Amino acid sequence: MSRRSAFVITCLAFGYAFLYVPIASMVVYSFNASQLVTVWDHANSPTLKWFVALLHDQEILGAAWISLQVAIANATGSVILGTLAGYGLARFPRFRGRFAFTAMTTAPLVMPEVITGLSLLLLFVALEQTIGWPAGRGIGTMIIGHMTFSMAYVTVVVQSRLATFDRSVEEAAMDLGARPVKVFFVITLPIIFPAIMAGWLLAFTLSWDDLVISSFTAGPGSNTLPMVVFSMVRLGVNPEINALATLTITLVTILVVGASWLAARARRRAAAAVA
Amino acid sequence: MVAATGRREAGEPWNDPNARPYVELRRVTKKFGDFTAVDDVSLKIYEREIFCLLGASGCGKTTLLRMLGGFETPTEGRILIDGEDVTDVPPYDRPVNMMFQSYALFPHMNVEQNVAFGLKQDRVPKAEIRERVATMLDMVQLGEYAKRKVGQLSGGQRQRVALARALVKRPKLLLLDEPLGALDKKLREHTQFELIGLQDKLGVTFLVVTHDQEEAMTLASRIGVMDRGTIVQAGTPAEIYEFPNSKFVADFIGSVNLFEGRLVEDEPERVRIASAELGGTILVGHGISSAPEATLWAALRPEKIAMSRGAPPQTENVARGIVQDVAYLGDLSIYVVRLPTGKLVRVTRPNTARHAEPVERDSEVYLSWDAASPVVVTR
Repeated sequence: MSRRSAFVITCLAFGYAFLYVPIASMVVYSFNASQLVTVWDHANSPTLKWFVALLHDQEILGAAWISLQVAIANATGSVILGTLAGYGLARFPRFRGRFAFTAMTTAPLVMPEVITGLSLLLLFVALEQTIGWPAGRGIGTMIIGHMTFSMAYVTVVVQSRLATFDRSVEEAAMDLGARPVKVFFVITLPIIFPAIMAGWLLAFTLSWDDLVISSFTAGPGSNTLPMVVFSMVRLGVNPEINALATLTITLVTILVVGASWLAARARRRAAAAVA
Repeated sequence: MVAATGRREAGEPWNDPNARPYVELRRVTKKFGDFTAVDDVSLKIYEREIFCLLGASGCGKTTLLRMLGGFETPTEGRILIDGEDVTDVPPYDRPVNMMFQSYALFPHMNVEQNVAFGLKQDRVPKAEIRERVATMLDMVQLGEYAKRKVGQLSGGQRQRVALARALVKRPKLLLLDEPLGALDKKLREHTQFELIGLQDKLGVTFLVVTHDQEEAMTLASRIGVMDRGTIVQAGTPAEIYEFPNSKFVADFIGSVNLFEGRLVEDEPERVRIASAELGGTILVGHGISSAPEATLWAALRPEKIAMSRGAPPQTENVARGIVQDVAYLGDLSIYVVRLPTGKLVRVTRPNTARHAEPVERDSEVYLSWDAASPVVVTR
């Protein structure tokens, strides 16, 4: 081993430690029997009692259910709007107001969430007073709030995919007798589907852990998971939250590893078929 | 090297004033902003022709093709197909199919689905689709590959899928954009003849865009040479090669020696041109129409110049020079001969005998040619 590679390995170790030691310690403490998060109970650990408690905590389960509904609705809505916006931006290089349109679709990427959240809250209140809709705030207003910024991410993803799209494929379909709307659904959409899927997952994730905009746009009884966790932590860290985090990390790990395994298998098969 | 195959001996509809053109462009112009891509082009193409648009990149040939496909609308002029004005008809309603340069296959479908796509759009019954697709795939020798994904095919196979997909709808006119451009040389030569065979069998009119003059010469019944948005000359491969109408065409198709000069003797049956570049006069065995004082050029193909060590018997159309360079290409050799005026002349000689006495560099030679060989161009 040369000195340089020893140095590189040390750097790498510190880097990984910085990223993963906090997570690892949290995972370990989720099996701690003690009520006090920072004190390891040697006698009764490890234990699954916080996981069991978690499964019986109606507040957390309810919040998770609301988060899931909001995230799915948000991701789906964002994908529809974002794909339309991305398609428009990629396909129509010149139209009146293009600059304003580009700026306005991507502004939420850089807008401070507090501002977006506050302005949405004011808008909803004003709307309720003038036209009676939305009647109070809840899941619906949260979905709208999340879509305002999730859509911007989907737009960027779809637009960059379409930038490298071979347009003659669409022209060929038209040449063979398909009308433009049909070309979009039968040719364009299936080809850019992976990008749309990526946009959906991105929008889902953004919504799943959003706290600020949710707090501004939520109503009574519609607390999302991040809101519940945040309010619990303010009263002192509860070991149940460690268990919740461990579950989340496990789920994400399984999904990511599974997805990359599937992708690798698809690549191997394609390579084998060509050879 | 240029090979004119002299095919399509049956009839020359373009010489028959009563023949009805299948495709007609009437004074078509296409502008993109300030740039004129196609400039006032009129053209008639007849049924069962293979018409090649030949030109360098950016000459407007692809724009012309795209206007026929319906992907661009002319700024001015009309386009007629089979007597019907299709200028404003969208691509999906035209009786025309196109084979794209990139092939534009649908990556998410297999070979069979790609070929069936066009028939599905026309709501052809399922059984008939299956049958026609199978027949078409057999015709392009891809029968065994029906279930393959497009990503798993070689370049030549993709080219044939694209061809099958465009032909399965039995279009009257097929537009081909650089159809063989992405294939390597050997495969290209082979595919050229396959393409001609297929066209003959199906009776489709082909309009081919290419920048490769050899490809145009092999495929075409007629060639239209394009430059800066206009068709400079249209004619059979032999006409274009033997009787170019301008310096541009003479130089673009094959290689040529151009001698600048002016008319010194103007008879109906023959003319004489004095050329300072040659250091003498050129006798041309046919009359020309030109203003007496105008500058003109005598174009002489390299293979029509004879080269000898000893003085040739004729006294006209002879020049002397020194061999400056020799390139041996196997089937023929190229000689670059420097005349006393400094002008370099290109001469090719076929290597017909294996042990022929070679002409070496720096040897003094006589060049001579027949009075029928030079072509006079005025622009």
